[in-house]
Amino acid sequence: MAVLDVQNLHVFYGQIHALHGVSLSVDKDEIVTLIGANGAGKTTTLGAISGVLPVAEGEVSLDGQPLGKIMPHDLVKMGIVQVPEGRRIFGRLTVEENLGMGAFVRKDKDGIVESRERVLEMFPVLKERMGQVAGTLSGGEQQMLAMARGLMSRPRVLLLDEPSMGLAPMLVEQVFGAVQQVRDQGVPVLLVEQNAFMALQIADRGYVMETGEISLQGSNRELLENEDVKRAYLG
Amino acid sequence: MAAALPSEGMAARIEALRRITFVDVVLWGMRILIVFVVVGGTIGTLIQGRYTGEQWFDNFMFGLMIGGVYALIALGYTMVYGILRLINFAHGDVMMCGAFTSYFLANGLYRSGYLDAHPVISMILIMGLAMITCSVIALVVERICYRPFRHIRTLAPLICAIGASFFLQHSFRGMYGSSVRAYPDPVWLEGEFEIFGFGIPYTQPFVILIALAAMGALYLVVNKTKMGTAMRAVSEDRDAAAMMGIDVNKIIVFTFILGGCMAGIGGVLFCMVYNQIYYFTGFLPGIKAFSAAVLGGIGNVPGAMLGGFFLGVVESVGPALFLDGVGIRAPYQLRDLIAFTMLVMVLIFRPQGILGERLATQRA
Repeated sequence: MAVLDVQNLHVFYGQIHALHGVSLSVDKDEIVTLIGANGAGKTTTLGAISGVLPVAEGEVSLDGQPLGKIMPHDLVKMGIVQVPEGRRIFGRLTVEENLGMGAFVRKDKDGIVESRERVLEMFPVLKERMGQVAGTLSGGEQQMLAMARGLMSRPRVLLLDEPSMGLAPMLVEQVFGAVQQVRDQGVPVLLVEQNAFMALQIADRGYVMETGEISLQGSNRELLENEDVKRAYLG
Repeated sequence: MAAALPSEGMAARIEALRRITFVDVVLWGMRILIVFVVVGGTIGTLIQGRYTGEQWFDNFMFGLMIGGVYALIALGYTMVYGILRLINFAHGDVMMCGAFTSYFLANGLYRSGYLDAHPVISMILIMGLAMITCSVIALVVERICYRPFRHIRTLAPLICAIGASFFLQHSFRGMYGSSVRAYPDPVWLEGEFEIFGFGIPYTQPFVILIALAAMGALYLVVNKTKMGTAMRAVSEDRDAAAMMGIDVNKIIVFTFILGGCMAGIGGVLFCMVYNQIYYFTGFLPGIKAFSAAVLGGIGNVPGAMLGGFFLGVVESVGPALFLDGVGIRAPYQLRDLIAFTMLVMVLIFRPQGILGERLATQRA
């Protein structure tokens, strides 16, 4: 059974029909990427899954449990966490406080300490910066912090929106390495990316979105070798 | 023909002159006037030497005391602004409600002699009642006047705030009448003690120490607790905070309770300084605390504390120091004028306030 299962999702922005029945699933131990051009509806899909946007029709289920209408902060408790586009870390809080906010919904003090040790093992750069105000971190470090903060709630699935945005190529590689580590730690990832080539390199499966619909899906190999994908996204 | 045209340097100079607008001239005029009043007044006053060191010290201590009260109230404005980007204009009247309600308890304790006999327990009860009242009323105002407009960008919540302010004033007027009542004056606050030859009334250290203790506690809550950290997170990026699982409504409620507690303490202290309470008591300290919050940089917690003390001291020392020297008679009548001139000046010349945050660099 898929960890995250999305069936026939429809979303409207006022009169505009933004998502026309998007279906996708994320299984245990995999990175699934959602690629497509600007405005294809990738971020909208994530927003609908994480409860930030109202869903007109369709269903999101987690471990087979349909979620229905739930406030975003309750979804975090259930195990769906989104790392937003542009990182959105709390720049005036310290790195440590940012991580603490990631664990806001949890009450188990020992568990939180343990989770923090685990994410710091995953992102050792953050370890030396615990007391530092997060706004002073570099772009790559901020992305690491955003992911670490997301993981602090011990999610069932991590939604990552454009983690490579605005980063130098070397940092992109680092960030993507970290994404693979997240999967290896047992947290499946739904990865939305403009950088289709990089995303397909690390993903297990992928979906291609076009104007609010899934136009193509397959394993990373199939998509990397697909002529249409090559022409449109890989150049 | 060429000779008739102004040279290039000339043209540039004319262009530069043309860019100086009438408003610039007025603003510079204001700057010069203020510098004249402050510097000229100070020199004039010092030359005349009409005030003794004792009087200066008295003024300064009174300023610190009333500044502590302003700071407590200002914290409510600044925290709510930080979270909601809204000026809670009803805050001064929320303070009045708490102080007025506590008056009945204080009066009863005073008449029975309990207030004089057991100062600590009495003050805890009186302030506790004021804090609870202020918090409850602040929450009701938030629920009715602000929450419905949370996602609408209009002036409506601001207008609602002003409406709530009038509503609170006039409902207390309706309940308890418009006469000024004497707030109890416990016997243990009478008299003064001496330090370095200066007499200090007991009220001053009493008010200043309680204000500092309350602010210290608030500072710890905001900076060291999970809810306080979440408050700062929400004030920085409400949507990202919600994505992390923070229930934004809960944080807003928490913020109003904290602000209400500070207003409750501030209200009781304010009434103990002036020994009176009536339905309009909240207005002036409310507006002054708002000025203090803007002065310190609205949205900034240490700024509100600093701004409160600064405003208190300047409006207390200012009349004698600045106004007397430029030949104004009865300068103490103009205390409030100094406070509000400072508000206007800060808004014009340094809208981000002393600690330089927000307003100027606000996120869209």
